[in-house]
Amino acid sequence: MSLLSVRGLTRDFDGLRAVDGVDLDIGEGEVRALIGPNGAGKTTLVGMIAGRIAPSAGRMAFGGRDITHMPTHRRMRLGMAYTFQITSVFAGLSVVENVTLAARRRARGAAVGSAVAAALDRVGLGDRGAEMAGDLAYGHQRLLEIAMGIAQRPRLLILDEPTQGLAEGEIAGFGRLVRDLAGETTILLIEHNMDVVMALAGRITVMDAGRVLAEGTPGEIHANRAVQAAYLGGGGDAAAG
Amino acid sequence: MEFGPHLVLALIEGAVTAAVLALTASGLSLVFGVMRVVNIAHGAFFMLGAVIAWWITQGIGGHPGWGFAAAIVAAPLMVGALAVAADLTVLRRLSYDPERTIVATIGLLYIIQQLTLMSYGPEARPVVAPFDARIALPWPERGAEGWRIGWPWGFGTTAWKLAVIGAAAALVGALWLFMARTRAGLVLRATQADREMATAFGIPVERVYALTFGLGAGLAALAAVLIVPIRQAHYLMGGDPLLLSFVVVIIGGLGSLPGTLLAAVLIGLSDGIISVFFSPTLAKIIATLMVALVLVFRPQGLYGTRAP
Amino acid sequence: MRVLALHLGLLAVLGALHFALPAYHHGNLARVMVLASYGIGYNLLFGYAGLLSLGHALFFASGMYGAGLLVQHAGAGAGAAMLAGTVAAAVVAAALALVALRTRGVAFMIVTLMFAQAGYLTILYFGDWTGGDEGFVMARSGRMLLGLDLGTPDARYLAALALFAVCLLGSLALARAPFGRVLVAIRENEERARMLGYDTQAHKRAAMILSGAISGAAGAAYAILFGYVGASFAEVQYSILPLLWVLLGGAGTVLGPFVGALFMFYLIDLASGVTSAYMLIAGVALVLLTLYAPQGLMGEVRRRLWRGLP
Repeated sequence: MSLLSVRGLTRDFDGLRAVDGVDLDIGEGEVRALIGPNGAGKTTLVGMIAGRIAPSAGRMAFGGRDITHMPTHRRMRLGMAYTFQITSVFAGLSVVENVTLAARRRARGAAVGSAVAAALDRVGLGDRGAEMAGDLAYGHQRLLEIAMGIAQRPRLLILDEPTQGLAEGEIAGFGRLVRDLAGETTILLIEHNMDVVMALAGRITVMDAGRVLAEGTPGEIHANRAVQAAYLGGGGDAAAG
Repeated sequence: MEFGPHLVLALIEGAVTAAVLALTASGLSLVFGVMRVVNIAHGAFFMLGAVIAWWITQGIGGHPGWGFAAAIVAAPLMVGALAVAADLTVLRRLSYDPERTIVATIGLLYIIQQLTLMSYGPEARPVVAPFDARIALPWPERGAEGWRIGWPWGFGTTAWKLAVIGAAAALVGALWLFMARTRAGLVLRATQADREMATAFGIPVERVYALTFGLGAGLAALAAVLIVPIRQAHYLMGGDPLLLSFVVVIIGGLGSLPGTLLAAVLIGLSDGIISVFFSPTLAKIIATLMVALVLVFRPQGLYGTRAP
Repeated sequence: MRVLALHLGLLAVLGALHFALPAYHHGNLARVMVLASYGIGYNLLFGYAGLLSLGHALFFASGMYGAGLLVQHAGAGAGAAMLAGTVAAAVVAAALALVALRTRGVAFMIVTLMFAQAGYLTILYFGDWTGGDEGFVMARSGRMLLGLDLGTPDARYLAALALFAVCLLGSLALARAPFGRVLVAIRENEERARMLGYDTQAHKRAAMILSGAISGAAGAAYAILFGYVGASFAEVQYSILPLLWVLLGGAGTVLGPFVGALFMFYLIDLASGVTSAYMLIAGVALVLLTLYAPQGLMGEVRRRLWRGLP
């Protein structure tokens, strides 16, 4: 049985259909990438899964439970974690406190401290715990976001464009991190960088104009003519992946 | 007096309230619409208009009309200039941050109010109207030989009240023409619609803000000069106009001028009726609760379409 | 540890001042401690949860009238009056939370302002019960607690100190507890807190009820200790004052409300010797604070000297 199951999910904005009848199944333990050109509806789709945006039609189930009308915070407690596309940390709090807030949903008492330290070590921010999150460099803020996601010990970790704005070296480090996490949790990765997608994803879902255009392994997607026409071919430079 | 004449009197009182309110609230609405600033000191600018009018009429002798004519020109200008100064020294330096400007305008309110108390004193003082003829009103009465037009005792109003209603209507009309037809009005509307776009088109947004704040305060002062012959000048008189202007601006849709006018008429008339037939306190309780509930359940107001 | 020592030290100093101060300042400090408790209630919502209310006079007055009316119309003692005032304010805060928390930012400020104004007008409207503008002097029964007359200077000071100690230590504990940290997280970035699985709406509701209850307890204590209940305490001014204390002392600091209330009280006290327009000080302070020191005194201390100050 799949961990996340989406059926006929649709969202209209002022008469414009941003997401149009999307079906999506993500199995336990998968690393799934969601790609598509700008405006394809990726962020809206993920927003509906996380509960930030209410769907106009369709249903969603997570871990076998219907979550279509469930408020955001309850979905997160069921085991979702979401890292924002635009860096969104508690800028006025220390790095440790940011992660502590994330860890407290799962752990209690002394376990919180060790969970926080483990999450920070994992992303390589172990020695920066006392700094204000707002004072961190951009790349480190993105890592902090991921540390918060890890500290939640989610069943499904949704990463919304995690490599956006990162330098080459940072992207490589991110790739190692995701491969490392893949054994423990299911990952849904929204990503523009085709190199990252091809290297990390087990399966890829391609969206275009609000619909699912194709789904398959990286190899299948790479060979898919419709995808090439709509997306890979359109970008020219992106096709290099 | 019977119910009919009583109701007419209530409606006239309501119309006077509505007229003054329409002017005051237009100022508040303009400031909110263009600058996104909630000006708590608006009632203090209103009060200052009335107090300055008293000073000017005291200083000018002869027929009361001369002093009043001077006041209705000078008081709004002076209050407007003060508001421009407040914008330059305080609001601009807060970058018009919504929450901090509210706190700062609360401070301005206390400063203006208390300085008035120190200089003008705690008394309520009247300003003589330029003309004050009493006008008796007719009402159909049933006499021995059937219906006829009678003049019930005590059923009348003053020429000044009618003049206030007329003058306010004319001024609001002028404001509308200014906004709709002049280049300056276009600049204001452009800035209201999209600040960044306005900047990109070379509109000096900061200067527009300062003048808008001055214009808003000037409108409040103007309304106060009109009403001060009916209600006396007092350093705490700004509270009710502020409250009712809030009601009007929020119910009318934040920043929407036609909505503001419609709401001013509705609120003014219902305030008059509830005040006459029940109690002014009850009228204000209802008005405040209405604002709160409109903001909670219809944040864009009854008329406007944009969220605050 | 240093933190706990600092706060306990303040309480010890206040306790020692009981024996040292001349009568005039002794009375003033009792009043400041009650007002600072009100400020602590306000700070919980504004400083920690980041919700700027312009209507806390509604809660202060609910506590005051909850206590006063019970004494006046049912002959209750101080203990029952205190309880009634606190509960009344908590109930009012819960009701307001249901409505006002559907809004945010400027709308929240105006909604709370309007409800508080409606509350003030309601007190005037039911003048037969509430004494309207004039208010009423508390009956002697309302000052009695276990045979002790809280209206005497000594008992009053110690009662005020007890209330303040409970509020201060309570807010210190709260600021360091997970609940308090979540409130700060909501203040910093509500959307992010929600995406971490926190029910932010429930947290804000709880903060508002707690804030209202503390403010109400201060209002009830004010009525009991100073023997007067009046509509002026429900006016806008009494919603602005706690904002002023907290801004001056430092929003989101445990000591801020006390520091701010103490400063403001003595500034206004000094000014009122010179002029009847003493609220001028409040106005000038509000403008200067928003312009030059939005962090407040303790906020500056935290920024420059002591990062861990709660």
